[in-house]
This record gives sequence, C-alpha cells and structure tokens, in this order.
Amino acid sequence: MLEIKGLCFRHKDLKEDTLKDIEFSAESGKVTVILGPNGSGKSTLFKCIIGIWKPYKGSIYANGKEINKLSYLERAKIFSVIPQEHEITFPYSVFDIVITGRAPYIGLFSCPSKRDYEKAKIALKALEIYHLKDKPYNKISGGERQLVLIARALAQSAPFMLLDEPVSHLDFRNQIKVLLKIKELAYKNKITALVTLHDPNLASFFADKLVIIKNGKIVAEGKPQEILNEKLIEEVYGIKINLIQNNGFNLICPVLDFLNYK
Amino acid sequence: MKSIKIIILFISPLIVSWGSLFLGAYEINPIIVIKVFLNEIFHIFNLKDIPEKAILMDIRLPRVLLAGIVGASLSGSGVVLQGIFRNPLVDPFILGISAGAAFGCAITVGFFPQWSIQFNAFIFGLVAVGLAYIIARTQGEISRLPLILSGVIVSAFFQALVSIVKFLVDPHKLQAIVFWLMGSFSLSDWRTFKIAFLGSLIGLLPIYFMRWRLNVLSLSEEEAKSLGVNVKRERLIFIIFSTLAVATATSVCGIIGWVGLMVPHLVRMMIGPDHRILFPLSLTTGASYMILADTISRTVTSFDIPVGIITALTGAPFFLYLMKKSGKEAWGK
Repeated sequence: MLEIKGLCFRHKDLKEDTLKDIEFSAESGKVTVILGPNGSGKSTLFKCIIGIWKPYKGSIYANGKEINKLSYLERAKIFSVIPQEHEITFPYSVFDIVITGRAPYIGLFSCPSKRDYEKAKIALKALEIYHLKDKPYNKISGGERQLVLIARALAQSAPFMLLDEPVSHLDFRNQIKVLLKIKELAYKNKITALVTLHDPNLASFFADKLVIIKNGKIVAEGKPQEILNEKLIEEVYGIKINLIQNNGFNLICPVLDFLNYK
Repeated sequence: MKSIKIIILFISPLIVSWGSLFLGAYEINPIIVIKVFLNEIFHIFNLKDIPEKAILMDIRLPRVLLAGIVGASLSGSGVVLQGIFRNPLVDPFILGISAGAAFGCAITVGFFPQWSIQFNAFIFGLVAVGLAYIIARTQGEISRLPLILSGVIVSAFFQALVSIVKFLVDPHKLQAIVFWLMGSFSLSDWRTFKIAFLGSLIGLLPIYFMRWRLNVLSLSEEEAKSLGVNVKRERLIFIIFSTLAVATATSVCGIIGWVGLMVPHLVRMMIGPDHRILFPLSLTTGASYMILADTISRTVTSFDIPVGIITALTGAPFFLYLMKKSGKEAWGK
C-alpha cells in the first residue's frame, strides 16, 4: 500500500506550489489512476515519488516505510517506473532492454546472471511478447514498446509500479490492450499500480480508484462510478459534457455546442 | 553468422600483427617470423644470430605491441564515452581529453622534466573532459550538440596552451614536442611498451568488469536513476578510468584522433550495441586497426609518416558519413 501525506512541491523559479498538500493512498493489487488535464502536476507527483525531485513538505510511505531519504538503489527495489516518452540512443534488442530492469540487483562490477535471465524471460512471457526478444527495440511498434517497458518493470520485481501516461500515444486498440494488461498484472502479482491518464473515459473504465487533480490539488477521489459526475468533470476540464450510462459504465461525451454557431 | 564475426574480430590482432611484422623497409620472410617466435619460446630451431631476429624482437615487436595497446585504449574509451554520454558522435579526441593530456605532456617535457609525464597527462586529461562536461551540462541532461561544441572549445583551448609551451620552450625540446604531437610510433621500445601496458591495464580492466553497466547508463538519465543507478557517481568512475587509458596512450605516442570514434561504430554495426560484447571486441578491433594504420604509415613511403595523419585521413570522412547517415537524429536530443 502506498500512502502519500501532505506532499508539497515547488519548482525553483516559481512563486506558486506545483503540488499543494497532496494526500491519498493506493492499495496493492489494484489500479489507482491519477486523472487530470495537461499541466495539472501528474508527472511532477511521479517525479517526487521516484526521488528525481524533492518535495519540501510531506512524506511518502510504501508499505508503512517512509521513503523520503532512500537512495536511488533502495527506491528501485520498491518502485518500477514506466517513463512517458522513451527514446534510445543505441539500437538495443528487446531482451537487452528488459534485462536492464535487473540493474538494482546486479553489482557495478558484474553482468546479469542466469537468474536474471530467467526473470527477464518470465516477464517477457507474462506479457506475451517473448517472440520479440531479439528484435531491435527501435524497430517495433509503439504498443509493443510499451509492453516491453512493462515487462522490464515486471523483471524489476518491485511491489509498486508507476506508469506515466502509458497509453497517450497509442492507437485505440493498443490503449485498451495495454491497460487491460496492466490491470491483469496488478491483480495477479499483487502489484500496486499507479497510473496517470488524461482521458476521463479511459480512466473511468480501468481505475479501481480514481484520484482527480487540478492545478496541483486533489479535487476528488474514490471509485469512478461514485465520484464522476457532470459538474466535477466540467469543473476540472472546463468544458461542457454529458454523462451517458452504458453497461454500468459512465461514458463521458463532450457537448459540442460550437455547432450552434454555424 | 554473428559468432563468426565475433571470432574474426577477436583474433584479428594476431593476424594483423603477423602481417605487420614481416612488412617494412627490411623484408622478412613470413615463415621466418613464425620460426623466430617459436624459437623464442621453445628453442627448437637452430637459428644463429640472424639479423631478422634483432629487427623483429627489438624494433618491430615492441612497436606492433605498443600500437595495439594504444589502439585498444583509444577505442575502449571511445565506447565508454559514447555510452555514458549517450552520444554516438564523441570520442576522447572530440571531448578534448587528448588535447588536455597532450598539454600535460608538453609542459612536463618543456619545463618540469622531473615530474611524471603520465601523471600530468592524466590530470590535464581529466581537467579537459571535466570542463567539457560542465560547459555542456547547462540544464540537467546533456544534449548532443552542446557536448560536441564544448569539446571543441576545450580542445581548442588546450591546443592553444600547447602552442604557448612550444613558443616558450628551448629549440631542442621543441623538436621533440612537435614530433611527438603529430602522433607516431617511431620511437617505440620495450620501456615505453611497459609504461603503456601498465597504464592501459589499470584503466581498461575495471571497465571490462563494469561493461554491462554501460547498457543501463546509456538509457536516459532519469530512467537509469529509476533503475537504481547513481548516475553521477558511476559516470565519474567511468570517466576516470577511461581518461587514465587515454592519457597513458597520449603520453607514449602523442595525439592520435578518430580511432575512438570509428572503431566502436564499426563494431556496433557488425555485432550490435550490447556493451558486454561491444567493449571487448572494440579493444581487439581497435588494436588491429591501429597496427594496420601504423604498418601503412611506415611502409607506404620510405619515410615514417606520423600515424595520426593516416587515422585522420580515414576518420574525418567516416565522421561525415555517420552524420549523413544518422541525419537529424545525430543532432537531436
């Protein structure tokens, strides 16, 4: 279980806090989605959790243990991270990429062992992309790349998985495929998955718990069916919407009132 | 197919050395070369004191070995620098390490003969790459073009300092400095070989064991951090060891450019970017390439052309080819 308490963060040159008193928790074996428009502070929150940026106030507990003062190495054994944009300089094979997930367990002066190879193989098979293992990473599709990164995170065997906009540049089919895979992994492996999304529909489909932030502040949190309503979404995104009930899910549909100007 | 390539690259230094030993101003029969060596080890043939033996053992062998070690050091550190800076267009020469080391050597030869040349070369090599790194690191991550530019700036700065040394130093020493700066193996002997061997060993052996880490460090900085790597500290360790190898190489044979850029690329094209294989094969390929270049430099005319000229004549077009091939990507992030 991940608990975040009273987290405040401010960039060096800014007068206003980027994160204002963030407080929520994420349960293990569940998918917690942080939903918010662009620039609402989702990525900043992630960087604070990974330790790239230091919050000036507040604390983060992973399974009851405070992590503010941990080194990168200790954090890497607790959190695996799937980065938002990913480019590689050299054309590594898919397997080379996945096995870098074992870095926290491999000393500076050694190479991956048989055990590390096994873990990487298991991770590739869990995501059903074992057949890609020898392909160059930069020659596979965007959806496949995302699965490779998730496989790497799985090989890292950390109890918490952080995914920053994992589907923002994927097509419709791959968005659903990747999100379903994330949900399946979280259930099966008892992983605490923390996902940021900016699409309220995807979020309402896949989240077990939803945390909605706007301008660095939490405006609502809870089960998507319970908290999502027209007023809240209009307030967060600043546009008019209609909420349509469909098979027990809420479909969020923008009201295209500009058509009236024709 | 890949394993054949690996074997060829791995044993290439032996074949190239053999060729290099029987070629030269004094022609030696290739069979005699093998006979002399077998005799040195097993004493099976009755070869009296033939002149070939002295030429091989005292002149050509130390030269071939020295060229091999220098080639391995330069390409090995080329692999390291390209990896840790995530930049396929850098090498010790472009980042100014060679120029810094050369300045260290020049002031030692010119003014402080009681100091150790290798030590000064190492210190100024470190200063140079440190400056290039700091200048390039304006906002968090180091981008490609700024790193190359700051390397050019640092390189120019240290070359100007070398010029000042040349200007101030007395004419006898000037000749030695100028000749050595052009990059040549013509003064090789067993003593310089031993120095070079020791320096490169201390530099390259730890890197050999750390080579898988280069796979992780060549990902983006934040990514490496999230994989538990202390990026700043490990980069520094790699820089120190590779600078040691380059500084030793520079101190025995002057500035030889482009090898550290070309060889890693050639090997990467042939066997892929995984540093576990890339690093050791770059050492052997670098050795072969340098021995080959040195053999050309001493056989193609009756003079001993500085080998730095040969490597620059092949390296500069190769750099252009790389830029054209990778196009926009080369200048990107």
